[in-house]
Amino acid sequence: MKKFAIVLLLAIAATSLSVAQDIKIGGIGPVTGEAATFGVSTKNGMTLAVEEWNAKGGVFGGRKVKLIFEDDKGDPAESATVYTKLIQQDGVVAIVGTVMSKCTLAGAPICQAAGIPMITPASTNEKVTQVGDYIYRACFIDPFQGTVGATFAFKNLNVKSAAAIFDLGNDYTKGLAENFKLTFEKLGGKVVAYEGYPTGVTDFKAQLTKIVAAKPEVLYIPDYYNDVGLIAKQARELGFKGPMVGGDGWDSPDLVKIGGKAVENGYFTNHYSPDDTRPAVQDFVKKYTAKFGQKPDALAAQAYDAMYIMLDAIKRAGSTKGTVIRDALAKTNIDVVSGNIKFDANRNPIKAAVIIEIKDGKQVYKATVKP
Amino acid sequence: MGSIFNAQQIVNGLQVGSIYALIALGYTMVYGIVRLINFAHGDFYMIGAYAAYGAFYLFNASLGGKTGIVAFLVLAASMAASGAVALLANKLAYKPLRYKPKLSSLITAIGVSMFLEYFFSALPVIGPSYRSFPEIIPRTDITVGGAIISNYVVIDIAVAAILMVSLTLLVRKSSLGKAMRAVSQDKDAARLMGINVEKIISFTFLIGGAFAGAAGLLAGMTYPRIFPYMGIQPGLKAFIAAVLGGIGNIPGAVLGAYIMGLAETFASAYNSLIGEGISFAILILVLLIRPTGLLGEKTADKI
Repeated sequence: MKKFAIVLLLAIAATSLSVAQDIKIGGIGPVTGEAATFGVSTKNGMTLAVEEWNAKGGVFGGRKVKLIFEDDKGDPAESATVYTKLIQQDGVVAIVGTVMSKCTLAGAPICQAAGIPMITPASTNEKVTQVGDYIYRACFIDPFQGTVGATFAFKNLNVKSAAAIFDLGNDYTKGLAENFKLTFEKLGGKVVAYEGYPTGVTDFKAQLTKIVAAKPEVLYIPDYYNDVGLIAKQARELGFKGPMVGGDGWDSPDLVKIGGKAVENGYFTNHYSPDDTRPAVQDFVKKYTAKFGQKPDALAAQAYDAMYIMLDAIKRAGSTKGTVIRDALAKTNIDVVSGNIKFDANRNPIKAAVIIEIKDGKQVYKATVKP
Repeated sequence: MGSIFNAQQIVNGLQVGSIYALIALGYTMVYGIVRLINFAHGDFYMIGAYAAYGAFYLFNASLGGKTGIVAFLVLAASMAASGAVALLANKLAYKPLRYKPKLSSLITAIGVSMFLEYFFSALPVIGPSYRSFPEIIPRTDITVGGAIISNYVVIDIAVAAILMVSLTLLVRKSSLGKAMRAVSQDKDAARLMGINVEKIISFTFLIGGAFAGAAGLLAGMTYPRIFPYMGIQPGLKAFIAAVLGGIGNIPGAVLGAYIMGLAETFASAYNSLIGEGISFAILILVLLIRPTGLLGEKTADKI
């Protein structure tokens, strides 16, 4: 009965659309609640993308985009409600959202069941796209950063031996470390030390002494900034002088506050940098800053990209039918702010990551690395 | 094996042990006098770290540059703050339950501990998130026999040693110490001898708290990241150290702390998971094989 109702609503929505000519796209983000800054950036990014497409004359056949944006408050229950509302009440043809993985996981099955293509701009949890073939994402998943970190260390820093230290109790840091090791060894490098530590400790010297004794040229620390600061400090204390590499967990001003000089000569993988010199990035930063009065963060860039990817697929599909859009999404090959994007078989993007260097206590754009 | 048992790992272990030792001293003193396992002791350590943090920014503004004086004032502030909180905890929470069943005080101690943790996270000036601890003394390194020793390691061990020796002298040589020992042996007899038992207990809490405060400062300097729950883990480890050495016994607490520091370091170097578990394995072994601890005297019941 429910399925029938959805089909009926979709049919009504489809007929009304052909009359109105506007293509309705649902946008979702946590504009209020614990991740409010994420939501605001997401909404801004999507709004800017939609405006640009409409200024160019719409998606296909002169049909413009109507963005219907809903706030999920960072709450999975709320998220399920707004997904359902967008699909059943507003009759959107596709959804771009949402941010937090737990919320996206609540919404993705609804999209999958209704046959509505969906792309999340920022949910990194691997499970999200496993929900089904209508679910895509615009950001890379966590383990991917380990691969990029290893490639950067091997090719750009030109080192042949590495060590990794990671939190045994955290899937994020473990996944990054495992993928770093795998890729670094595949490239021909040697991982001379691979040490874990339990969650919540402050003294890493036992493990670091072992690591320093193995004489690695680079140290991979894929943890969050507050642990990284301590680890970096203790590693330097024990005489490690080489570069350090990490993941997007480093992205906080507190990293330098805790780590001080120890985190200099440190590099981390991130989704995007406003200092990236590529014209696409600079153009986006200029337009976004002019419209919203502040520099776009990674969330804004990802939301902008996600909207572009979805609209591009609809344009190539030349239709608002879910199955056709879904098939078009699979064939995506588009240049957006965060680089060229294609999808792999699991509907995760194959894209480049940016490397940010810690230099004189500041984050400086260093390079863009392709996997 | 060379990277597990070497001079550097011994230095690492001694540094960890020094911080445990300062916390363990407070545990053992309080237990020795009032037979109370003061679970809030780890939180006195946290308060010491925050007091040092505040004091540094306060004094550094007016005395910037004079590192030695600032460091001394910061140490005094951290010890004073933790000592005061310990004194207050004794007055408000433990004293009313002094002659009630021991379990009441034990549970109250857990309550005091949680209260301090959550109250401090709720205070806007402290808050629940991590803070970076300032570099009070510039760090320098020397290399001795293949081991890199920073001045922080030297400071940690030296402060711990100085405070331990002064405490031992106080307890063994002064009349106050004599009174403390008397109270620890028999409160009623001590009272009959004209000793103000409550005053001695208060004094014990003050000293124990002050030592935890000093440990908080040292930990803040060594691991420059502080937060309201930082006392839980070291508090637990220090408690095990005190039990290992023989709870109630001052040299025992120090010995236990250094054994724990070294055991943890060596075990972590061998395998991190073993490193985290070894302290608890030690606790179980001690309780099974020698419940009185290494240097402890036989008593009828522990808790």
